[in-house]
Amino acid sequence: MDYPLTKYIHHDGASRMLREYVKGGGYRSLQRLTAGMAPKDVQRLVGEAGLRGRGGGGFPTGAKWSFVPMGSNAPKPKYIVANGDEMEPGTFKDRILMEGDPHGLVEGMIMAGYALDAEVGYIFLRGEYHLSAQRLNQAIAEAYAAGYLGKPLPGTTFRFDLHLHSSAGRYICGEETALINALEGKRAVPRAKPPFPQTVGLWGQPTIVQNVETLYNIPHIINNGADWYRRLSRTQDGGTKMYGISGRVRNPGWWELPLGTTARELLEQHAGGMAEGVRFRGLLPGGISTAFMIEEHLDLPLDFSSFPPEVGRLGTGTMIILDDQTCPVGFVLNLEKFFARESCGWCTPCREGLPWVAKLLSALEEGRATSDDLSLLEMHTKWLAPGHTFCGLAPGAMAPLQSALKYFREDFERHITTGGCPWSKKSAQQRVLA
Amino acid sequence: MLSDTEHRELEEAIKHYPDKRGAAIDALLTIQRHRGWISDDSLLDIAQFLEITAEDLDSIATFYNLVFRKPVGRHVAFVCDSISCWIKGCDQVQEQIKDLYDVDLGQTTADGRLTVLPIACLGHCERAPAMMIDHDVYGEVTPDKIDVLMDKYK
Repeated sequence: MDYPLTKYIHHDGASRMLREYVKGGGYRSLQRLTAGMAPKDVQRLVGEAGLRGRGGGGFPTGAKWSFVPMGSNAPKPKYIVANGDEMEPGTFKDRILMEGDPHGLVEGMIMAGYALDAEVGYIFLRGEYHLSAQRLNQAIAEAYAAGYLGKPLPGTTFRFDLHLHSSAGRYICGEETALINALEGKRAVPRAKPPFPQTVGLWGQPTIVQNVETLYNIPHIINNGADWYRRLSRTQDGGTKMYGISGRVRNPGWWELPLGTTARELLEQHAGGMAEGVRFRGLLPGGISTAFMIEEHLDLPLDFSSFPPEVGRLGTGTMIILDDQTCPVGFVLNLEKFFARESCGWCTPCREGLPWVAKLLSALEEGRATSDDLSLLEMHTKWLAPGHTFCGLAPGAMAPLQSALKYFREDFERHITTGGCPWSKKSAQQRVLA
Repeated sequence: MLSDTEHRELEEAIKHYPDKRGAAIDALLTIQRHRGWISDDSLLDIAQFLEITAEDLDSIATFYNLVFRKPVGRHVAFVCDSISCWIKGCDQVQEQIKDLYDVDLGQTTADGRLTVLPIACLGHCERAPAMMIDHDVYGEVTPDKIDVLMDKYK
């Protein structure tokens, strides 16, 4: 089994810088360009490999690229942006890659830039990732000195420039059009679509915004081919995935595994099962904008295309475990407080609806709620559903709420009948012990 | 007035963008690094440099939570309060900080040593609960470890 993204990453937290990266086969994909591989060949290969966006949306990368105008009449410059604004709670996979192997992102961006004839790249990094920033800055400086950046690549006329942009907080920056506004030095509110960034993006120019993990895959696809890449996966989506687990399990952590690995394997074989004294109740498969999965879903292959829509979606692949000593209402309250705080305030349903949801859940936790409040919560899952809001933040916020109301209904009702949180004392003790 | 060093750093920042205001965040963070926070005067200095209005710049400065429009202490502790850290007891971490230093979220200690702020998921969920002090991230922060941890930040 091959783990192309992480097989060389040091587990002691050290970084691979240029010399070590090149020794391990780094920047080898550039030799393909020298050998005559054209941008359209790279695009075709990425499409055939079945690469899908790793930021949570799972959109096929080849299809996304196909909307970018190409040829001599295409607007210039075009931009490629790495979305390293990893702020989805429970998600830490891009940090592992950027801290451990910063040159992998530089190489991925050069190749994506070449494929799209986009000569300028930005890495949009969340402001809190200081170690990633330091290492990426060093990698960029090394890549300039080695001539991978800033000079025509050997055998081509293509020259790529790359900049690191460290942001200053706010979850909404991860939304691609909000990210574009942030990069332009504006408030990070999302833009109306269409036009899509592929044609009208950064400073009005064609722009591809791509998750960090997605970009790490590209050099490996170019080096080893589409068939090899597809064979890494257990399903029809190509490649491996950075999976992770947090919560009360024996060994929280991250693992690069074939796409299509099940939650049960992750939980039992890799995370070592639940921690002492707690039992599994549910999980969010990929960040907090995904719906809960429960025991009966543990054997589903975790990928983008075969995930049953009635269950939910994979999201970022870094899962958060709900155990039986943690109150599901308190859990969801924490999520909704996050969303209410991080709403950019641009559209009314999100700005006004999310604080209302958080207040209703607080009332439940504190024993002030009635059964009418449960109906109100249900109604919000419809009022803030896709199509009612300007971007995906509020609909994402409704996914865990709606599924919690379905799977943990009795627990919600118990908060009303017992006039408070049945977990409050127990969970306080548990937290002191943890 | 921007100092020579500040001016030089802002000149460097704008090179990365086709348009000066692209560097707005970089400029705010750069000046904040030198001056601790963004006062109204600092805002005017930066706006003038970027050739945008101070009001326009303030709409950006007030949007991003890592830009401080109020003075902060010599050190800033960011306590992650997102879900993985909540499960593992971030509330107890916050309470311990409050007990030890008599400071609530959003406040600064009387001696100006420490400001405590909540922060969205720090991306260290596998080592929850996590907190960041200035630029340093710590995982598995249990309440009993806080005073030793804080010794480094006088």
